[in-house]
Amino acid sequence: MMPSVPQSVSSDFLLRVKNLVVEYPLGNKTVHAVSDVSLDIARGETLGLVGESGCGKSTLGRAVMQLRRPVSGKVLFDGQDLTTMQGDTLRRMRRRVQLIFQDPIASLNPRRRIGDIIAEPLIISGVKDSKKREQLVHDVLAAVGLDPQLVIGRLPHEFSGGQCQRICIARALVLNPEFIICDEPVSALDVSIRAQILNLLEEMKARYGLTLLFIAHDLAVVKAVSDRVAVMYLGRLCEVGPSEQLFAQPAHPYTALLIEAIPVPDPDVRPAESVAVGEPPSPIAPPSGCRFRTRCPRADQRCSDEVPELREVAPAQFAACHHPLIGAA
Amino acid sequence: MTGPALLSVEDVSVNLPTPRGNLRAVDRVDLSVGAGRTLGIVGESGCGKTMLSRAILQLLPKKAMLSGRVMFDGEDLVRLDRERLRKLRGRSLAVVFQDPMTSLNPVLTIGTQLIETLQEHLELDGVAAKMRSIELLAAVGIPAPEQRLAQYPHQLSGGMRQRVAIAIALSCEPKLLIADEPTTALDVTIQAQILDLLAREQRRRHMAMIIITHDLGVVAGRTDEVAVMYAGRVVERAPTPDLFKKMRMPYTEALLAAIPKIDAKPHTPLPAISGRPPDPTRPLKGCSFSPRCKYAWAQCQIEKPRLEDADSPGHQYACFRPLNTTAGALT
Repeated sequence: MMPSVPQSVSSDFLLRVKNLVVEYPLGNKTVHAVSDVSLDIARGETLGLVGESGCGKSTLGRAVMQLRRPVSGKVLFDGQDLTTMQGDTLRRMRRRVQLIFQDPIASLNPRRRIGDIIAEPLIISGVKDSKKREQLVHDVLAAVGLDPQLVIGRLPHEFSGGQCQRICIARALVLNPEFIICDEPVSALDVSIRAQILNLLEEMKARYGLTLLFIAHDLAVVKAVSDRVAVMYLGRLCEVGPSEQLFAQPAHPYTALLIEAIPVPDPDVRPAESVAVGEPPSPIAPPSGCRFRTRCPRADQRCSDEVPELREVAPAQFAACHHPLIGAA
Repeated sequence: MTGPALLSVEDVSVNLPTPRGNLRAVDRVDLSVGAGRTLGIVGESGCGKTMLSRAILQLLPKKAMLSGRVMFDGEDLVRLDRERLRKLRGRSLAVVFQDPMTSLNPVLTIGTQLIETLQEHLELDGVAAKMRSIELLAAVGIPAPEQRLAQYPHQLSGGMRQRVAIAIALSCEPKLLIADEPTTALDVTIQAQILDLLAREQRRRHMAMIIITHDLGVVAGRTDEVAVMYAGRVVERAPTPDLFKKMRMPYTEALLAAIPKIDAKPHTPLPAISGRPPDPTRPLKGCSFSPRCKYAWAQCQIEKPRLEDADSPGHQYACFRPLNTTAGALT
């Protein structure tokens, strides 16, 4: 069988990640952060990327931006390979791709005024007319639900976490990008504020015609915004599929485990006795074969001998498992 | 609740002087927990839930001013001297904090920290304390406990460190365990394991427990009673099933609605709560939630609602327009 790459429904891909490998040196050892990951994101789509801390999801996001250069593999953005780009060419390309980080307060310079923070990308990209810059800053602040007049002259510490995240979103939008990588954009926020920011991201996506890579550890949050979801474990992709389908019938035992572990806000739902045995192994010495096998109830000899390939287990749903929960083994 | 309360917090307020003026972190809170029961305290950051737990433990910042009584097992903790408090904390009153990396001492081995607690409070000799430590580590699900005794906190994962912190907290068979966001720093799969561990040990030891969290999902299946806090006050408290099924306080409803549901369709707009909590140094005259409340009317802005009894036993709420009543909005 041909090793297939997970396809989305549309074939107009804005981003194609091919066999991406990212490693970090650690003393004389190597951290295998991302191992042979392939993903496609269609124009206008939101792809959710979930996994526990240390699974490589943030590294993957940064490697797409070329903030961390991959060891091998390709990152095709609108058909062009970012991994071979340098200097100015890369900088120009990056205007079309923006990042939003987890900690909104830490990602704003505490000594600069909000107006300057948001105008900075415009200055770097060569918008010389200051009147035009002002207008663009004004428009984008209004779009994210802040009052430009009140906000422009103030400093980040005068704002709450939720407002700072709005400012970060405004800064990401001001260059009118096509693609935004959101790395845990709501995990630092309170429940009541989280919903506001998730709704705002959805609105902005529609308004600016964005494509999103939405990285988070919270499955319910990811499901709320994503068309498709990709699940990562210890540097490898376990499963990719349309959100609803993936949650209704997970094929990979790890996906099933993650879904089961979510605490449900309903006292009638008895929390399932946690089946997860142990903890993720170290990415310095990942297990042979399937990396999840040390915690998997279905693991056998084959799982330690052979790395499972991603294959289609249901229409548009792909899993890397020798013993998937659905479809023929 | 049946039987006398093990812990009862009576009219407790905590005020903190800040450069911006007085910050009322906890505002006249009454709560109680009986032996063998679990109370969940739920609220967003800044609502005063952690300050309340510090007030119970008498671990408030030096400048904080506390009023009210904290009755624990027949004694008022507020009036106890330091020596008596020190004997009580760790022995009958234990705590597990959010971040096990900062609550464990990084330069002492796990063994030293466990054995120290056991020797201090239970007066065990070295050998007995070591044996007990191994048992405790095994009980909290740490593999190869004997080898772990010689390890330092940084050699363990976050989940394992939290298990060690729980082992230390449980070591002297406390009557009450306060778990302040015990799983917030952990991954979901580890969170489930730690919550199960806490529940199991509680049942086994017939210990009272307070779980403080911002996540209604965490308290839903694992507590007997829940208190919801907002801007320093308890705004609703009820037996857990009633809180979720018959909530009266619009804030509780809004908080629950704002959580993304795993069975909802993707791209469903979330019912967000507009605005944000009030500045705790600028208390509002009326209900603190009224500026964000979709049911608020004139009275809500002028007067603070008191905590009143609902029809079902043990259920109280502080609202002029409670849900599903004639005075409030019918939903």
